[in-house]
Amino acid sequence: MADDIKALSAQLAQDPDSLVFLRLGELLRRKGQLDAAHRVALTGLERHPHLADAHDLYARILADKRDYERAFDAWDTALRIAPDHVGALKGLAFLYFKVGDVEQAAAHLEAAQRLAPDDAGIAQALALARGAPPPAAGRPEPLATPVPPAPPAPPAPPAPPAPPAAGPPPAARPLEEAQVFAGLEGADEGLLLVDGRGRVLGGALRDAAARPVTDAVAAYLAGVSHEATRTAKLLALGTWTGLAAEGARGHVYLAPPTDDTLLLVVRDRAVPMGRLAIVAQRAAAAARRWLERER
Amino acid sequence: MTATAEMRRALELVTRVRGVRGAMLVSGDDGLVVAEHLMEGLKGPAVAALAASLAGRLGRAMEAAGAGPSVFWHLQASDGALLVVPTASGMLVVAVAEADVNVGLVRLELLRAAEALG
Repeated sequence: MADDIKALSAQLAQDPDSLVFLRLGELLRRKGQLDAAHRVALTGLERHPHLADAHDLYARILADKRDYERAFDAWDTALRIAPDHVGALKGLAFLYFKVGDVEQAAAHLEAAQRLAPDDAGIAQALALARGAPPPAAGRPEPLATPVPPAPPAPPAPPAPPAPPAAGPPPAARPLEEAQVFAGLEGADEGLLLVDGRGRVLGGALRDAAARPVTDAVAAYLAGVSHEATRTAKLLALGTWTGLAAEGARGHVYLAPPTDDTLLLVVRDRAVPMGRLAIVAQRAAAAARRWLERER
Repeated sequence: MTATAEMRRALELVTRVRGVRGAMLVSGDDGLVVAEHLMEGLKGPAVAALAASLAGRLGRAMEAAGAGPSVFWHLQASDGALLVVPTASGMLVVAVAEADVNVGLVRLELLRAAEALG
């Protein structure tokens, strides 16, 4: 494999516009050289921004790096460019599984199966989504160790893990599945769900020095929520739906997933506010699903 | 140009953005109106007091979260929005707007006003 990487790198250096970056990026990814794979994919994307396979490759690398939000965007882009892109459909299905949206996962897998009826991996994942027992070989591996693709054909993303809906009851669920923001980026350091009295329901926050600040922030949030509700009401602005704030050292976004809970997303200043709003929407949806399950 | 005229001019520029119903300069400490340029129907003292109170609570939460002092914030609601930029001297430049206002443009005008007003 090392020789292949060397040869492909030389080929790409000779012809930077060639599509050989797809194979090179995938080989690097499979070898676990994610930073190098990331650089190759990004350079390729700059030269071929309308190539669905390039977005698909980029998404798989991001998913391996556990940057699921950006992976979602990249697969979504691939699908917009090529609505029949099987790899993107399977990738999105995997991410929907990760957040517990089994219906969406199954819908994407069904679409993929219509396009690739002979793909055993899709059938296997779909069976899991529908609650069938896992195959004798055990559960499919998560995205971090996907089924290796066979270049130059589009690489095959992994089959999703067993969907939460088909799993054991909440008390017996693995810890990760029982968490509010399982699978979302920043679940342990940049997402927080509190109730109306400032009590933590899920997630955690750390400041720039990686110190835990969850409890201190939670205590202040109830006050912010009450004040936002009061302000919107008294100024006849209707119901408040979000509070976006740029700070000198970071950005925050507050949203009320339900009437009696508050979600906080914190990211560094490099994350644009518009993107933060999207992250918050996804986290709020995950919080609502979690609250419904818990109540 | 006098200080008062300068304030009015800065606020007027904010209100020129389509969808902005009013702009005001508020004392961050006590929530009192320093200068205002509002459309009819908007109650300046109420806007000032609520904006200052929310700014204080939000500021404490942001500091605790490690995000630092706020540079700009935006309360989004179903029927409107409140947008605020603190100045270096502890005042707040506040805009009340329609829900579909161009937030990016208002933000820029508020930052310009905050810079001009110090």
